[in-house]
Amino acid sequence: MNAWSELILILVILTNLLLVGGNRLTGLIRFAAVQGLLAGLLPLLAHSQALTARLVFLAALAVALKGVAFPLLLGRALREADIRREVEPFVGSEFSIFVGISLLAFSFWLSEWLGIAQAGWLRLMLPVGFFTMMTGLFLIISRHKALTQVLGYLVMENGIFLLGVALVGEVPFIVELGVLLDAFVAVFVMGIAIHHINREFNHMDVHLMARLKE
Amino acid sequence: MAWLLLSLGILLASGLAAWVLRRESIGLAGALVGCAAGLASAAAPLMTGRSCALSLPWSVPYGSFHLEIDALSAFFLLPLFLVGALSAVYAYGYLAPYRKSQPLGRTWFFYNALVASMALVVTARNAVLFLTAWEAMALTSFFLVVFESERKDAREAGWSYLVAGHLGTAFLIILFVWLGSRAGSLEFERFGNLDSRAAGMLFLLALIGFGTKAGFFPLHVWLPEAHPAAPSHVSALMSGVMIKMGIYGLLRIYICLGPGPAWWGWLMVAVGVVSGVLGVLFALAQSDLKRLLAYSSVENIGIIALGLGLGMLGRSLGIPALAALGFAGGLLHLLNHALFKSLLFLGAGAVAHSAGTRDIEHLGGLAKAMPWTAGFFLLGAVAICGLPPLNGFVGEFLILLGAYHGACAVGHLAAAGAAAIAAIALIGGLAAACFTRAFGIVFLGQPRRRHTESIHEVGWSMRIPMAVLAASCVAIGLGAPWLFASADRVLGPLGVGAGSWAGSGARGCLLGLTLLWAGLLAVALAAAGFRRWLLGGRPIGEGGTWDCGYDRPSERMQYTASSFAQPLISLFAPVLRTRRELATPTGYYPGPADLATTTPDIASRRLFSPAYEAMQALLARFRWLQHGYLQLYVLQLAVTLLVLLIWKLG
Repeated sequence: MNAWSELILILVILTNLLLVGGNRLTGLIRFAAVQGLLAGLLPLLAHSQALTARLVFLAALAVALKGVAFPLLLGRALREADIRREVEPFVGSEFSIFVGISLLAFSFWLSEWLGIAQAGWLRLMLPVGFFTMMTGLFLIISRHKALTQVLGYLVMENGIFLLGVALVGEVPFIVELGVLLDAFVAVFVMGIAIHHINREFNHMDVHLMARLKE
Repeated sequence: MAWLLLSLGILLASGLAAWVLRRESIGLAGALVGCAAGLASAAAPLMTGRSCALSLPWSVPYGSFHLEIDALSAFFLLPLFLVGALSAVYAYGYLAPYRKSQPLGRTWFFYNALVASMALVVTARNAVLFLTAWEAMALTSFFLVVFESERKDAREAGWSYLVAGHLGTAFLIILFVWLGSRAGSLEFERFGNLDSRAAGMLFLLALIGFGTKAGFFPLHVWLPEAHPAAPSHVSALMSGVMIKMGIYGLLRIYICLGPGPAWWGWLMVAVGVVSGVLGVLFALAQSDLKRLLAYSSVENIGIIALGLGLGMLGRSLGIPALAALGFAGGLLHLLNHALFKSLLFLGAGAVAHSAGTRDIEHLGGLAKAMPWTAGFFLLGAVAICGLPPLNGFVGEFLILLGAYHGACAVGHLAAAGAAAIAAIALIGGLAAACFTRAFGIVFLGQPRRRHTESIHEVGWSMRIPMAVLAASCVAIGLGAPWLFASADRVLGPLGVGAGSWAGSGARGCLLGLTLLWAGLLAVALAAAGFRRWLLGGRPIGEGGTWDCGYDRPSERMQYTASSFAQPLISLFAPVLRTRRELATPTGYYPGPADLATTTPDIASRRLFSPAYEAMQALLARFRWLQHGYLQLYVLQLAVTLLVLLIWKLG
């Protein structure tokens, strides 16, 4: 079971790096979907106790929302907006990957330094959680398109989810449901907003919306 | 107490019903019944001096639903409900032209809620409840000020009113939190027992916080903006009653703090003199009738502050007669001002309603078309100038008597007494000039613009409230000597014992004067009757006014409002700083010439505008933070959080 968890965590790290490095929007959505799927499965494997119905329900919900519903919504927004690539991000692909690796190193250092790293395979879980969160933040900060930013928020939410599993073990049901619901509504609203922004402005470049100030 | 609760309930419920059901008549009926019930609640404490209280638990932290009507509260409830009811009747006629264009139920809700919140302000005995009512009062009146929100000036006036009100409330919150932290409770009855430095600071906070609402100079800047913008019945209620809530709050805090050192009284006297003189000077320079009345409110608040300041001096220095005369004069003038100022605002509203303009320069000769309004306005003008035998005289007379008494009693009070006497004399003279101008230009002579010819008298619903207010002015003016017993009860909470009047001779003086006025009035009436009898049966012709031998006088050759005020304005030019834009005629065959004068408010121009500009300049330096890039906002947030994390753990 430990081996499986570690495999999943390593896959999460890889998806993060792919998200950071990629610039095809359909690909990005797919990577985020895979990451959501992995993150949703993790609670099932992370704890040695028996599979309760609650745990299964939670995992199923997380997988359904993060792995299926969000990607579908975003894919639809993408088709309507009719764009394929993240052109000219603030930070280029190569440098982004470099930043991603730095963030990974920083996450490991941070979780050591915080002194809350636990024994066993959980040692890996905490830095991966941090890394995922920071990846999300980095996506939000460094990309032009509103859609990539929504993806950034989703990735950040995955990170929070992982951190929650690592620190609290079984995240209180209500809290997790709340976070999921928040993310769902956020994606939903952003999807609609992107659609409207695109229709009004003929682009969904957040950078250009700075003109709207005042 | 049951009457008060009934009144509050009826006012709020009827207001809400008027809004929801869109029936104005419900709002009017509710206002009348609610105000009548409110008057009934004020009657017992005023008649007997017994206060009644009600205290219910309230779920708000530190709050309790603690109400009490003592004689002082009842004294403030009296003008509130009287003016509230009369203005409501007036509103029914006044709002008629707006009826087609917009639903008015909302206005009635805000009006009734304003009356209810003011009643709560003067009866609340818990700071949380008091501030809640205070805020409700500020908000409901704000919505009434922006009644004509489609007009830009009304919106701007509303904003300046809202900002000023909240700045004042900020001081009040500090005041009550301070008082509460010392007392360990936010109940008014627990406040007090403070060392003198804290008490002094608290008094200053109250003076600024409540003074903003009352309109002390230079905190008055919202007044000349908000009053002209509001509908006239609201102006009447706001100027007649609402600004007095500031005075009430100040007095209530004064009661909590105790007599205090003498400088409180000196400060109040100084504030009163400055507000009074500057208020009336600026009133003299205005050409908007309601703006003029708003500045005149500043003046009258000054007179009230002067009286209260003398009363505080009397308390601090242990001169009971001075305390009694000062407080009584101030409070009586407060009641009087509520009556004649609302009368004048209603009159001004009638003029605006019928002539379509409030600009004095355009009006003229309205007395022929609107004899009733002219008569009521004249009566109010005479009263506000402090001329006998009307009520304005009585209040100012008591203050003058107090000043004289104080000046004679203690040597170093002579300066205060003399200053007060000189100030009231100056204010009275200037007020007479100001209201001669207002009445003379608006109602006498010939219309100054052609379009004022279609003017007609206003309807009964607008005339009756003015008649009642005018009658009250006369009644208080002539009935003053018989008000002393009630005055004792009202002054009780202020620490003035019954019988403090002894030795001041106020009562004897007033009685004598009243008999004199009654006699003169009788003689005048008899003379008028005799004249009528003499003229009976003879033909009476009407001719033009003497025209200096000029063949074809036109209405443009009359005195204008500016020319009437010009000598006084140029005398006080260093204070007023009136701007003149004069285009003199040139050439051998002179063309048209032009003169325009405006008198912007000195406090807003010299004090508040520079302060706001400095603040804006300071804050503009942080504008680079608002760059509009979402990415950078998130980066800033992330970096801040990271720095905080490292700082906290490092």
